Amino acid sequence: MVPLLDRKLLFVTGKGGVGKSTIAASLGLLAAEQGKKTLVCEVDAKGNLADFYEAGETAFTARELQPNLWAMSMNTEESLKEYLSLQLKIPLIARIGPVARTFDFIANAAPGVKEILTVGKVAYEVREHNYDLVVVDSVASGHIVGQLTAPQGINELVQVGLVRNQTQWMMDILTDPAQTGVVIVSAPEEMPVTETIELTQRLEAETDVDLAAIVVNRVLPELFTEREEPLFEALREPEPVHLLDDALGGDVEPILDAAELAVRLRRSRAGHLATLRRSVDPSLPLIYVPYLFSRTHGARATRQVAELLGEEL
Amino acid sequence: MSDPTPRVRRRRSDGEEVRTLEQLLATREIVISCGSGGVGKTTTAAAAAAMAATHLGGKVLVLTVDPARRLANALGLERFGNTETRVPDEAFSSVGVTPRGELWAAMLDTKQSWDDLVQQHAPDERTREQILANSLYQNISGRFVQSHDYIAMERLYEIHSSGAYDLIVVDTPPTRNAIDFLDAPERMADFFSSKLLRWLTAPAKSRVMSVASKPFYSVADRILGSQFLEDIAEFFGLFQTMAPGFVERAESVKRTLADKRTTFIVVSTLEAAPLHEAEHFIEVLEQRNLHLGALVLNKVLPSYLRRTATTGVAKRMVADAPRLAEVLAPSMPGADEAAVGRVLETVGESFLNYQVVAKREAEQRASLSRSPDVVAAVPYFEADIHDLAGLLALGEQIWR
Repeated sequence: MVPLLDRKLLFVTGKGGVGKSTIAASLGLLAAEQGKKTLVCEVDAKGNLADFYEAGETAFTARELQPNLWAMSMNTEESLKEYLSLQLKIPLIARIGPVARTFDFIANAAPGVKEILTVGKVAYEVREHNYDLVVVDSVASGHIVGQLTAPQGINELVQVGLVRNQTQWMMDILTDPAQTGVVIVSAPEEMPVTETIELTQRLEAETDVDLAAIVVNRVLPELFTEREEPLFEALREPEPVHLLDDALGGDVEPILDAAELAVRLRRSRAGHLATLRRSVDPSLPLIYVPYLFSRTHGARATRQVAELLGEEL
Repeated sequence: MSDPTPRVRRRRSDGEEVRTLEQLLATREIVISCGSGGVGKTTTAAAAAAMAATHLGGKVLVLTVDPARRLANALGLERFGNTETRVPDEAFSSVGVTPRGELWAAMLDTKQSWDDLVQQHAPDERTREQILANSLYQNISGRFVQSHDYIAMERLYEIHSSGAYDLIVVDTPPTRNAIDFLDAPERMADFFSSKLLRWLTAPAKSRVMSVASKPFYSVADRILGSQFLEDIAEFFGLFQTMAPGFVERAESVKRTLADKRTTFIVVSTLEAAPLHEAEHFIEVLEQRNLHLGALVLNKVLPSYLRRTATTGVAKRMVADAPRLAEVLAPSMPGADEAAVGRVLETVGESFLNYQVVAKREAEQRASLSRSPDVVAAVPYFEADIHDLAGLLALGEQIWR
């Protein structure tokens, strides 16, 4: 299996709420700090990639946030304009305007067009060797297969023409495991695990794109060893609780309750993790990122996750 | 509204303020559950519907987009499809509940719903067959998930105007942006009335090549290839025959969303990103004069975690763990004292860790600039919901 950061193009996907963007931002940061010229591209157009680096707004034109780390936000209309001016060498921007506008209608009706403008742009950056690595903070797991198969779909629909010529090289890049990989971000909860398993099957059945890794985010720590567990049970008896209350000069019940909650949460999640491991190809790397309790977000959290990923990779 | 069916409305006495989900649902016919992915939208919708069927009575339908097998199981159904299926009474009686009304469930099958729409709006048999067989149509209806948005709203309208249900609870599709589906009917109407469509669908000969349109045509031709343009033209030509029906429908769907019998429930957790999206959604609802009925906050950590008095106790527990283990020794005969010390330290640390998260959540909650009259917080359920009992237990948390 090709090591994750040795690939050229990574599509990071996952169910909403699992921390897909955090992982994409952290992978980008990690690669950049390892000396790779890296582009992180946000396609959801929520414009919050900037929040993960706290380095100002990102736009369609990539901007270097720190040495080797570039960031951009996808905009399909801009992508179309860039494509038209590159491919057709149309000098008059005025002519492109109305075309782009009209295209929006087609794009909305047959969204494969939007998807191919997204995939096309990032694949183009790879083809032109503009970066060592392009990390795409991609669409959620429900949409990723549609995005990755857009070139194939267009290829089947369009018999001749420039678009048809364009889809072939995109497909070549996408289906080469040495270059392209999908990273599914999951979490140790029931729905994310179920969706991850379903997505691995769909990727296998419906695309020729390689699944590079599954990142399991927010893994809760195991509190007690097997030997310690009965001790914790014993602590909950009235006598020890009473002694602790006295010795600490306060109510320890909430503290013990919290530990019990933590144990139960961890336990139900461990079951989901086991299901995930059982259900995917044993050779597929599963990368665990622990839950961050620390009171941090934004650039600090991105850095912490990048360090944790660095240890795992 | 084309809904002539007289129905029994369960209005509460006039002037009473809506303060609970129970009151809200009793006065509405459509409830739309929305929020970003992974916050428990689907489960919340199902729980609300189950509670309404149990306590309010009438026929209640939960319309969901992508239910987990578990949800179907929880409703006592093997699985459910595009057609509405009644949740068997045994599912209720097995958990000791006698519902006042009926609970029904349906799933949104985009492809099937599109086909139904074509069936309904195609002017004749031949056009219908041509559309269904067209490769572009098959792509749009089956492959591209974005058509979920429109179909969800369309199905909702369809079912509502059939007058078959007293209450319909809809779970919105997972869109890139939670508000996408609100715009879907508008986009559909826009599309059918667009100049492009008329131009594309005009018979080739009568396409007047004005100076203005020539560059477009030649550019489009070079990019897409003329064959593809022809295919598009054929497809849209066929589709155009259904335009009047579609435009009218899209308008009706829009009106249904804005109707006073419709309300929105925004679902979120207290994590920053989903809550941010929830706030945005609340703003959009306000701007569009749509009714925000309730905010449901899922997976809220217990309040004891936020007690400041306990912070000091936990800190001392961590710092004094070995000494405490000594104190405890007589009450825990045979226990390894060093191990007890480690357990105490871990317990204290864990409390402090969770306290950070609980406080962060409380801050997030306090920072909500606007919120509806009904705000329900649902505690962390340690186990996943597997049966109707679980759904109703969750429902109890948000109901009153």
